[in-house]
Amino acid sequence: MTSHAHSFAHAPVGGPLMTRPMRILLAFVALGAAAMVWRFAAGLGAVSNLSDGYPWGIWIAFDVVVGTALGCGGYAVALLVYVLNRGHYHPLVRPAVLTSLLGYGLAVLAVAIDLGRPWELWKVPVFFWRWSGSPQLEVALCVAAYVLVLLVEFTPAILEKIAVGAPAGRRARAERWLARLDRSLPFVLALGLLLPTMHQSSLGTMMLLAGPRLDPLWFTPWLPFLFLVSALVMGYGIVVLEATFSASAFGRRRETPMLARLSKVAAGVALFWVLFRLGDVALSGKLGLILSGLGALFLLELALHGGAAAILATAARRAQAVWQLRAGLLMILGGTLYRIDTYLVAFRPGEHWRYTPALPELAITLGIVALEVAIYLWAVKRLPILAGAPAGRQEA
Amino acid sequence: MAATDRRAFFRVLAAGGCAAALGPASPAAAREPRQAPPRALGMLYDTTLCIGCKACVVACREANGTRPDDRLDPRWDMPLDLNGRTKNVIKLYQEGGRRSYVKAQCMHCVDPACASACMLHSLSKDPETGVVSYDPRYCVGCRYCQVACPFNVPKFEFEKAVPKIVKCELCRHRVQAGVEPAEVGGFSRYPAGQGPACCEVCPRGAVIYGTREELLAEAKRRIAATPGKYYQDRVYGEHEAGGTQVLYLSHVPFDRIGLPDLAPEGVPKVAYTVQEGIYKGFIAPVALYGVLAAVMLRNRRAGAPPTEEESR
Repeated sequence: MTSHAHSFAHAPVGGPLMTRPMRILLAFVALGAAAMVWRFAAGLGAVSNLSDGYPWGIWIAFDVVVGTALGCGGYAVALLVYVLNRGHYHPLVRPAVLTSLLGYGLAVLAVAIDLGRPWELWKVPVFFWRWSGSPQLEVALCVAAYVLVLLVEFTPAILEKIAVGAPAGRRARAERWLARLDRSLPFVLALGLLLPTMHQSSLGTMMLLAGPRLDPLWFTPWLPFLFLVSALVMGYGIVVLEATFSASAFGRRRETPMLARLSKVAAGVALFWVLFRLGDVALSGKLGLILSGLGALFLLELALHGGAAAILATAARRAQAVWQLRAGLLMILGGTLYRIDTYLVAFRPGEHWRYTPALPELAITLGIVALEVAIYLWAVKRLPILAGAPAGRQEA
Repeated sequence: MAATDRRAFFRVLAAGGCAAALGPASPAAAREPRQAPPRALGMLYDTTLCIGCKACVVACREANGTRPDDRLDPRWDMPLDLNGRTKNVIKLYQEGGRRSYVKAQCMHCVDPACASACMLHSLSKDPETGVVSYDPRYCVGCRYCQVACPFNVPKFEFEKAVPKIVKCELCRHRVQAGVEPAEVGGFSRYPAGQGPACCEVCPRGAVIYGTREELLAEAKRRIAATPGKYYQDRVYGEHEAGGTQVLYLSHVPFDRIGLPDLAPEGVPKVAYTVQEGIYKGFIAPVALYGVLAAVMLRNRRAGAPPTEEESR
């Protein structure tokens, strides 16, 4: 790659695709796909335990509300890299964009499965004169736009793939497009930061409409802000998890020092979330509720976020991959719990309503997660996603 | 990370926070309480008059073409609650020596949460009658209306592959084009066969219809005539959730017959105050975008490596 202008910093991992883990993943995908076919043939009631009391189940609470937050790695890292730290965390960006694209893309798939009348969905962006002020409309439009932005952010990986080993003509075309993309990047990236800020906060606003039926420990006009900060915390968590995984699975260089700097910010944000949430509950006079009902879950949310912040409080632990990972997992768990609590557990439709996900419902969710991991594995093996050559092999 | 970077980070975080907080923080953005249209149609149900004959349930089925709910036992139409086949139901409350029937259907809120949740106004409030109406052509089946409704009224056809939302629309489809309600015995009524079927069939006058104003006056008349007869000498729906067009008089506590204790503000108030506070005129998002784009351009000009190739 000495003969042309670009020498790319990222390289495909290579290696066989149809490994044992991949076959297991694809089996889950097939199971989920079968459940999905059944769902569209027989209706939502046939495959799910969704009801008039619990109209939303794990597809919304987990696949969409948690899934998009897990897809906030791209958002969290881009915020640091492009706005605040001038390229410092750079090698983390492309894998983070990939996980974001997968998280959001598959959340959209989950929505399409969950919607009762998905064939009307095209009208939402088109019939703009009928738009309401619904926070869900804001989420829908923003998420759709953000998936497009993520695709643009991801295009360089595909163009580089095309350029490598292509005949001169096609390579020149790909490189022209790379240069064009590069020039417009600040504007695309600004959109890539604005849109998650908007829809991740709106995901919080959405549950304000459930007001009277949302447990008071979760109902607060600050829901949008708490959801936004929580998305950043989860974004950092998933970046740490992803970096650790690609280091151990593909023998890539560990990004430990870089993640150490990132962890310091993440710890601050997690601690801020804990203090803000606690302060809000205290100032609105709801502290007494901690002892009743769902108080234990509220405390667990705080403990998970607080625990992550505590782990990363010392420079010694921040510098170690194992503590980074532990803190990252706590952040993911904490954010996941907060979101599932807000959308499912703290939602109280009435005494006689019950919800536990049905088996086909779980099969679809598992299938979507498996599909996400399978595409990730395929992408890092075949596309230039990860930075740096694996140990013992120089970049070709 | 350098201290300046950290400060810059929290500045951006704070900017996002301010954007999110605009609504709750500034009273100027607070949403005006909604008023019922002057000729808002409604119903008044009185538990002391209802004998639980369920004629209204049958009449509702005939008027709306809903299938009998025979899922418990194929021999009987036995809906346990409002559901995908049932827009109106009579339930029984018993506790100790106290008992009461109660009719459930859409409350036709003055400030309906379901309509506020709906993305394309598939559920909307009629500007003339205030009836909360459903148009399936713009419904994607997201069921956010079900999450939002504090009365748990909109129902969904979970057993169908091509489902719809099912809820009482005050028999608006029975009113012939151009027909206006006319006063009959102090209440605004449609010609027979065009009013709400449940009200027209009720043999005891336990549920009647008219404009919200007429019904509110009637309810207060009944309370004044026999003080102490009705729970708290109060009309449910006058203020609850910003007011409803269906009003209730009850001899048992409201919360025992499925009428929740709700604040006098419309349910959408908080969500819309926040949402409109952030997105009014789309100024905050555009400003934030401008700031972000400017910062990135500046970083790039400063020689920072925002592109892939330059980083190594």
